[in-house]
Amino acid sequence: MHVKVSRLARFAALTVVALPLLAGAARAQDLTMGVGGNITSMDPHFHNLAPNNGIAVHLFDRLVHQDELQRLIPGLAESWKPVDDTTWEFKLRRGVKFHDGSDFDAADVVATIKRVPWVPNSPSSFSIATRPITETIVVDPYTIRFKTARPYPLLPTDLSIVNIVSRKAVEAPTAEFNSGKSAIGTGPFKFVEFVPGDRVVLQRNDAYWGPKPHWAKVTARIITNPSARTAALLSGDVQIIDQVPTQDLARVRANAQTAIAKTGSNRLIYLHLDQNRDQTPFATDKQGAVLPNNPLKNKRVRQALSKAINREAIAQRLFDGEAIPAGSLLPPGFFGAPQNQKADAFDLEGARKLLAEAGYPNGFGLTIHGPNDRYPEDEKVLQAIGPMFSRIGIDTRVLTQPWATYSSQAGAPNYAFSVMLVGWGAGTGEMSNPLRSLLASVNPQTGFGPSNRGRYSNPQLDEVLTKALSTVDDPARAKLLAEAAEIGVADVGLIPLYYQVNLWGHRRAVAYTPRADEYTLAHMVRPAN
Amino acid sequence: MTVFIIRRLMQSSLVLLLMSLLVFFGVFAIGDPIEIFIAPDADQAERARAIAALGLDKPIWEQYVMFVANAVAGDLGRSFVFNIPSIELILQRMPATLELAIVAVALSVVLGVPLGMYAGYKPDGAVAKTIMAGSIFGFSLPSFWVGLMLILIFAVELGWLPSTGRGEVGTFLGIQSSIFTFNGLKHLLLPALNLALFNISLVIRLTRAGMRENLPMDYVKFARAKGLSKRRVILVHVLKNILIPIVTVVGLEIGSVIAFAVVTETIFAWPGMGKLIIDSINNLDRPVIVAYLMIVVLMFIVINLVVDILYSILDPRVRLGDMGK
Repeated sequence: MHVKVSRLARFAALTVVALPLLAGAARAQDLTMGVGGNITSMDPHFHNLAPNNGIAVHLFDRLVHQDELQRLIPGLAESWKPVDDTTWEFKLRRGVKFHDGSDFDAADVVATIKRVPWVPNSPSSFSIATRPITETIVVDPYTIRFKTARPYPLLPTDLSIVNIVSRKAVEAPTAEFNSGKSAIGTGPFKFVEFVPGDRVVLQRNDAYWGPKPHWAKVTARIITNPSARTAALLSGDVQIIDQVPTQDLARVRANAQTAIAKTGSNRLIYLHLDQNRDQTPFATDKQGAVLPNNPLKNKRVRQALSKAINREAIAQRLFDGEAIPAGSLLPPGFFGAPQNQKADAFDLEGARKLLAEAGYPNGFGLTIHGPNDRYPEDEKVLQAIGPMFSRIGIDTRVLTQPWATYSSQAGAPNYAFSVMLVGWGAGTGEMSNPLRSLLASVNPQTGFGPSNRGRYSNPQLDEVLTKALSTVDDPARAKLLAEAAEIGVADVGLIPLYYQVNLWGHRRAVAYTPRADEYTLAHMVRPAN
Repeated sequence: MTVFIIRRLMQSSLVLLLMSLLVFFGVFAIGDPIEIFIAPDADQAERARAIAALGLDKPIWEQYVMFVANAVAGDLGRSFVFNIPSIELILQRMPATLELAIVAVALSVVLGVPLGMYAGYKPDGAVAKTIMAGSIFGFSLPSFWVGLMLILIFAVELGWLPSTGRGEVGTFLGIQSSIFTFNGLKHLLLPALNLALFNISLVIRLTRAGMRENLPMDYVKFARAKGLSKRRVILVHVLKNILIPIVTVVGLEIGSVIAFAVVTETIFAWPGMGKLIIDSINNLDRPVIVAYLMIVVLMFIVINLVVDILYSILDPRVRLGDMGK
């Protein structure tokens, strides 16, 4: 349905003559935002889900915050440092008050760490961030120490997704947050109302310890349909929207009242290749019989596939230029990302040659799978890649499915596909996150490879990554992570396609600082001049 | 009549049971909800914890038996993503959908019956032909396209009406609804019109056909011969006779407008049940899908019953006892 609607929206956009628009007459102190993600709860510990996290950061603070490029900056902790190999110390900010007027100190942090794994029925818990903590020591009300079993350099990063709640809420059920009773944080906005599926209403916290937000009242309206979101922006009903659909970019840009804010995302779209099985179900000969040997285990075949893809054309034609050809797992600038990464150049001759050297001079048959409702233009990207593979002799069929069906087939324990398109947003904004999930050998004991759907395995990469994960010194760890990423990419553990670009559409009366983490934050929206 | 209602109720519970079985196993066959809920960077231990927390670690038949046992006790389970009892979640959304449905059905009757009567009364006039041509568009244009066009024209270009969402809610006689505020009505107009368009056309065509069928009949001639005014013959006697098919259709349409306003609610970001069901299907939020469809089935059973009873009132020849057979 999604695709049909967008096509028709484009048609509709063409058929209507552009008339000057009447700006919505909202009060100067009010902000209305149109968000595309479905916010399901006000409990900041219930569901680790981007739309929920995006709204929780309005109400709550973390010990450590992330800036617009996901670099760590002080939040409720003014500073932090490792005391020894397995102990982190956080110095807490003084004079911070919760929305109910009570003071913030270490007891609230202790309560939060206790509550996170407790939340009943959580479909995805934040305990992945608190589990490394084996012991919490309150040194004084404004100094807290965390012990870990092993050296754990990522603790400040992990804690940057854990929202601090009041000690009074330590056993408050999710329903009390949804009603507002326990949705009491220290954040820049206070809770007013949550109507599931419709809106969240917030009001400014005038006692906020950080920079005061401009808006007295903020309404986040949930508008999941992309065309409806654009219409709400163009009509002036909302001042800012996120996830602007590609087909509406030109329209938002052309309008005298609206503009686009954009930045590179932490999200990579890539192809995972089955490199585990000796026979893979969708690599066949040209008659359709499964090949006796899995060609994807051959590095030269993988390199050929990567070279056959014209990433520049995909970025220009399918995304109106708003996608960045990718040569690693995270763009340069993120912690641990290789600085001099380069996307594989489109090289048909080179690809054919590699394929011949690998013993497939006439190619083979291949089916590539992907979702059709998950990432912007995901289905079109696959449909573009299919013929690109066919040009080097690999007869390629494209099969797309709704994410609900596709995702449970692609990963453990089914591993039903041979080549699959997936996206990965590095929530922590640093390299260990995609490496650990996507390229490290699958190992439930270490928690490595939970999303390694190709089951790529390279002991050398595992070793460098393991070493990085116990290196507390930042520059040394960044270097090790970059090295591990380079090993994985040189070996074509996966084929990076492009980094997404995060797009916001806003009325020209306001300005927004675009963020790598896709969040739409009211306190980052300000009046233009 | 009592026997008729009892028999109906027994049939209904069988339908409910079958439906829950189909949906339960159907959703299971689509995919694994954990893949959708879980944060992508969750490790294997966290996945196992989440699966156990939601009770998805048990065999599917065991989950179903537990579900039926709880359902009999009145508990249809908790939404996986909202952590709110499914019934409560659906009931929260119901007022928004009901007001949309009621306004849409009211529009279709208020506009459809007079237009249809006129088109049937003077079938060869230019106005009648325009009405009929218009009704073809109402039938055939897909509602998501019409919805987007309505938004583009009335919200984006003209700026008269808000583009999406539900307006302010007012209270009247203890009922909370956005019908009772001006802001709410402004928000309601476009989605209600979009939802009503198909039904307006349907009612126009049914009314016109009824008029054309009834006007040449003997009772009309007799009434005219008796000296009744044209106005009274048409507005009382003919109207009463053509209402039977319209009541049937409008009754069933109320059901489908309430249950499946999915497209309109999605395009207009209307926080109703239709949007809830489509979101839940995308999330494989099984407790909500099952509970929703159970409620919908129940609703259709009640509506059918009411329609049957209305028949017997409108047409004394119809006896309910015979209809169950």
